[in-house]
Amino acid sequence: MRGAKSAKWVAIAAVVALAATACGGSDGDSGNDSNAAVDPNGKFSIEVGEPQNPLQPANTMESNGSIVTRALFTGLVDYDSSGKIVMMNAQSVDTTDNKTFTVKLKPGWKFHDGTPVTAESYVKAWNWAAAPANKQTNSFWFSDIQGYADVAPEKGKPKATEMSGLKVVDDNTFTITLTSPIPYFVYKLGYEVFSPLPESFYKDPKAAGEKPIGNGPYKFVSWDHKKQIEVVRNDDYQGPNKAKNGGVIFKNYTNLETAYEDLKSGNVDVLRQIAPRDLPVYKQDLGDRAVDQAYSAIQTIAPAFYTKQWKGIDPKVLQGLSMAIDRNTITKTVLQGTREPATGWVAKGVLGYQPSLGTDIFTYDPAKAKALIKEGGGVPGNKISIQYNADGGHKEWVEAVCGSITKAVGVACTGDSKADFQADLQARDAKEVKSMYRSGWVLDYPFNANFLRDLFGTNSSGNQSGFSNPEIDKLIKDADAAKTEEESEKLYQQLEKKLPEYMPSIPLWYYKVNAGFSEKVTGVKYAQDGDPILTGVQVKK
Amino acid sequence: MGRYVARRLLQMIPVFIGTTLLIFLMVYALPGDPVRGLFGDKAGDPRVIAALRHEYGLDQPILVQYWNYMKDMILHGDFGTQIASGRPVTDVLGDAFPVTLRLASLAFAIEAVLGIALGVLAGLRAGRLTDNVILVITLLFISIPIFVLGFICKLVFAEQLHWLDPNVNDSTNYGQLLMPAIVLATASLAYVTRLTRTSIAENRRADYVRTAIAKGLPRSRVVGVHVMRNSLIPVITYLGTDIGALMGGAIVTEGLFNIQGVGGTIYESLVRREGTTLVGLVTILVLVYLLANLLVDLLYAVLDPRIRYA
Repeated sequence: MRGAKSAKWVAIAAVVALAATACGGSDGDSGNDSNAAVDPNGKFSIEVGEPQNPLQPANTMESNGSIVTRALFTGLVDYDSSGKIVMMNAQSVDTTDNKTFTVKLKPGWKFHDGTPVTAESYVKAWNWAAAPANKQTNSFWFSDIQGYADVAPEKGKPKATEMSGLKVVDDNTFTITLTSPIPYFVYKLGYEVFSPLPESFYKDPKAAGEKPIGNGPYKFVSWDHKKQIEVVRNDDYQGPNKAKNGGVIFKNYTNLETAYEDLKSGNVDVLRQIAPRDLPVYKQDLGDRAVDQAYSAIQTIAPAFYTKQWKGIDPKVLQGLSMAIDRNTITKTVLQGTREPATGWVAKGVLGYQPSLGTDIFTYDPAKAKALIKEGGGVPGNKISIQYNADGGHKEWVEAVCGSITKAVGVACTGDSKADFQADLQARDAKEVKSMYRSGWVLDYPFNANFLRDLFGTNSSGNQSGFSNPEIDKLIKDADAAKTEEESEKLYQQLEKKLPEYMPSIPLWYYKVNAGFSEKVTGVKYAQDGDPILTGVQVKK
Repeated sequence: MGRYVARRLLQMIPVFIGTTLLIFLMVYALPGDPVRGLFGDKAGDPRVIAALRHEYGLDQPILVQYWNYMKDMILHGDFGTQIASGRPVTDVLGDAFPVTLRLASLAFAIEAVLGIALGVLAGLRAGRLTDNVILVITLLFISIPIFVLGFICKLVFAEQLHWLDPNVNDSTNYGQLLMPAIVLATASLAYVTRLTRTSIAENRRADYVRTAIAKGLPRSRVVGVHVMRNSLIPVITYLGTDIGALMGGAIVTEGLFNIQGVGGTIYESLVRREGTTLVGLVTILVLVYLLANLLVDLLYAVLDPRIRYA
């Protein structure tokens, strides 16, 4: 009786399932032909998580929201794969002193609601986003602009609602004045925080975050919370990156394993990442649809310089610890080839990346490591720990790094696990890290300053280790005072070459994109931030 | 009867306050700040963090937070705002509950119908082969962890046989919900079967059943009305509490099959330290539990007229 019953259930389910995937099946047949005809209006789906925040450009910090925001908004500039600037909504961004920038917009651009994109659309949006009262998580990005301190004072009430450094000249021109010169400021403008906003946004910013109106290659259609977000191609789009497909469906997945299963059964077309469980088989499963490429992010371990252990430490000790880590073996075995051993502090794909710093501190050499640690006076307490968040899949490599250090130089090393990312962050913010902590950095803009200035300056926003060195601070100042972008890039490269002498952190490895896509799509490429370039994806007929 | 129901409803108030306060205190005791969590690795502007903390009342003492929250919830039906998304918690709950309700009711139907049917079958043939086979199968169901069963089902039915979709893409599609519902139902199904079996086997030898048979009643009536009605009391008790368990305890199943229901939302709120979302969800779950239990208690009287309420 039981057997009969369940067989019937399965039969009914099978019919439903077949009906649901009928179209998927026929697409699969033509998938073998790489020159298959392309449907310019075809839509494809991509795996994302539910965006954490409303879709306001200055409020999307995490990757799930920013990939959608970038589809809907186009800023002044963007970068190509070598890290070079490409003009988008801007016709030109000119400066003579690296302090005042004149932005000219390409005329004729429109928001999705039909209103024109003007200089005012930018200036007003930035002023709005900078004001703390509007609680935009990325408001800090406007702090380079003159008058930010009046809009968002450290203490007390704001003295102004508009930054004095932003001036509208005419409909298509505005100027940006910075508090001090930054030769590479144009790079920062590529971040989606600097997107323009239409007039309708300010009536109800909250509602606008649920139903964003942008000026980008895609128009917003719907957001079915925890299920999917749909966008369609914007046919009036003027930019150089017009979409080659009809639209994108951002499908919500809570874990990567299920997304991978759905990719295999044709329910989702593009993945951003493969789960560790499937890494050993994904290349076999997907063949040439498997993606394995570098992206601009780095994993490091940073000593908490405010602790008794590391205060005033001789950098030789840290150099020794660095040489005690067998990066090659760990990336190959524990991390299954998903990372590449680091050879510096600036990740690949960033302007100013140097393949070699002319030092051997990244090479595994137990004998030399021992000698260096001894020269430097030894590791205080002869014991270290590495703090990490247990929910991020870091446990395995932390243990491997610890094992490598202990084996090579005899320093006791343990993982200091925090339950989750929140608890990990809290310990870092409160300066309660006991010894060292796991740290990572994904690029904000592809210029080496992003990996150096924003992490190792005494007062930098990303500096959580308490690293402070007058010479590095001075070099940062010099590089920022450079006359041109190229010069600044060079000065930062020199600064990076100096870092082995101070060891603000121990670089471990660069990240790679390990992803894949279905037989239904072609032309799937991944940008430096690890996300697929949506506009270039083509859907087969 | 009316007084009994009123008393039961009044008893819900302290339970309600106790559970919500406990959840509030527990989330508060965990390290980690939901607002700081929004900023990730990169430090945020302290002014914005302060403004956000103020907006959500996180700068107040915990008991004040609790008082304000309960006040808004009871007086205005306002469950607060989810910190991460800025959406009202009622919206978040409105998204999650129908999904889990569909999954849970499907699982509940499977477990009730199949469980009772198998239990009756085994109970009527106690000691014989059918009974033993059913007992072994249910033992297997009880002992296999849910995620193992989930993976096996996926592997066999989705990846090798291609009969079903591996995951749920559309939570209104009952065809897709079938596999997770079966997985979710199995453990409870086994308990229902075993409870029914024991109860039936026992009652078959009861005096009133012998009388009924001696009176010459047809077998179907003896089993269907006399044996069943009395045997179902423990089963109904179990099914009642299981409604609540199915609603709230689907975390593993929902994660496994990418279902965005209550289980996943509870997990996410916990990870993000979203006390308000969590309390909102739990409050509704507590209500579901309490009402299900009340319903069960009232059903007793229908099944066994000897049970009367003061």
